[in-house]
Amino acid sequence: MALQSLDIVRRSATTTRSPQIRQAPAGGGVAKLIDTTKCIGCKACQVACMEWNDLRDEIGTNIGQYQNPHDLSASSWTLMRFAEVENPKGDLEWLIRKDGCMHCADPGCLKACPSPGAIVQYANGIVDFHEENCIGCGYCVTGCPFDIPRISKKDHKAYKCTLCSDRVAVGLEPACIKSCPTGALVFGTKEDMQQHAAERVEDLKSRGFEHAGLYDPAGVHGTHVMYVLHHADQPQLYSGLPQDPHISPTVRLWKGFAKPLGVALMAFAALAGFFHYIRVGPDETDEHDEAAADAASQRPEKP
Amino acid sequence: MSATPQFNEADRAGAHPRRDLIVRYDAGERTNHWLGAIAFVLAALSGLALFHPALFFLSNLLGGGPWTRILHPYLGLAMCLLFVFLGSRVARDNRMQPRDWQWLRQYRDVIENREDRLPEVGRYNAGQKLVFYSVVACLTLLLLTGLIIWRVYTADYFSVGVIRLGSVLHAIAALVLICTIIVHVYAAIWVKGSVRAMTRGTVTPGWAWKHHRAWFREIMSHAKNPRSRPD
Repeated sequence: MALQSLDIVRRSATTTRSPQIRQAPAGGGVAKLIDTTKCIGCKACQVACMEWNDLRDEIGTNIGQYQNPHDLSASSWTLMRFAEVENPKGDLEWLIRKDGCMHCADPGCLKACPSPGAIVQYANGIVDFHEENCIGCGYCVTGCPFDIPRISKKDHKAYKCTLCSDRVAVGLEPACIKSCPTGALVFGTKEDMQQHAAERVEDLKSRGFEHAGLYDPAGVHGTHVMYVLHHADQPQLYSGLPQDPHISPTVRLWKGFAKPLGVALMAFAALAGFFHYIRVGPDETDEHDEAAADAASQRPEKP
Repeated sequence: MSATPQFNEADRAGAHPRRDLIVRYDAGERTNHWLGAIAFVLAALSGLALFHPALFFLSNLLGGGPWTRILHPYLGLAMCLLFVFLGSRVARDNRMQPRDWQWLRQYRDVIENREDRLPEVGRYNAGQKLVFYSVVACLTLLLLTGLIIWRVYTADYFSVGVIRLGSVLHAIAALVLICTIIVHVYAAIWVKGSVRAMTRGTVTPGWAWKHHRAWFREIMSHAKNPRSRPD
């Protein structure tokens, strides 16, 4: 709710266009760049997220790994995922990925949402949930290719990373960026972040990471949260980051052409009935039928 | 027979139908049908609210979006449960018979009101039987997929791929069911005297003779010889 309505370019369950009077922001909107090669897994970003958004998750249990909490939740919008991967040389690689909403340019959550205005996309690329419009159906969970939204068990509303839309609206960078001690998290225009990533990738390649690259998946028309990966050819190594994320064809069918087609089919059925009545008329029982029935029921009585 | 009074107080009360009327549905069946109908209408309207943005205004019927999300699954469960009772009562009379296929082949005579050319019909015609099977299939699918996508209780037990498939199948089954019920309701409006059967329970002998002649004969032979009735 931080930005005014003229900056909303897309709104869930809305069939007409949002205000388009303003030009697209320069630089392709905003983007967060997460450089997994610089991340040390300190979780300062998790703490900053909790603090700025005033969230306190339940205290969990330690199961012998650094990842804590175990999964994203309605109160944990970002999470360092720790993957221990054995590379072909037999060495251990500790691949740490800050997980959270990717702010897709083509958001599956927004496509699936049935409640008008519960999910919006701002001109700067941020995809935000407006919980006062959320009905708690969980369709956003069904639509998301990254398994990000979580429905609170307390209030049955959907929650996820807002990319600190409230901070960004007033010219601040997201809280997680502010807290990162190694510069693994960077924030700016999408174009600047792509340029910065290109420099990082070049540097990594010169250090022997020949498959280093930027994760900005085209299947969802790019994302406003991007990763620099040492192994961009195998994103799934990073705790299951999808290789080719896109809105599922099933969701496209369900929330795409099934909608107008279904409504048209029901309207057609009702209209067909109405016009059948108008053209052919009712099927009535008249006195001849009653007489015939009388005759038929009387006849057997006659010996 | 000629002494039958024009207005019969007992008939109005629904307890004892006029002697020359034929009972088609007893009070229990009528109650069951209409409870199911109410559950269907509310479940359908609340489901449509979540199906297409242009129909989201229907969520106001149940008190807003969250209430629609909360109540819809219970309305669906109620509809399924009520149909289990009603369906098991009418299943026997909905078995397809050879003459039903002939009836369906002559669909043009059906829609053009040329009933005299059609084969004799039992308690239900082939169209009604198709409605019955469509409702059975749709409700089964709606129940199974509904449990898959019920976020509050059961969705956690299924993977996102299964939930996606469940969502689209739920929508398709609902669409088929709604179209089926549109046909069902229209047929009742079209064939005069049918609504009476489900509101007051009785039909005139002429109605039974015209639309369900085999059933009419069966009833008459039963009236003559009570032991001959097949059930």
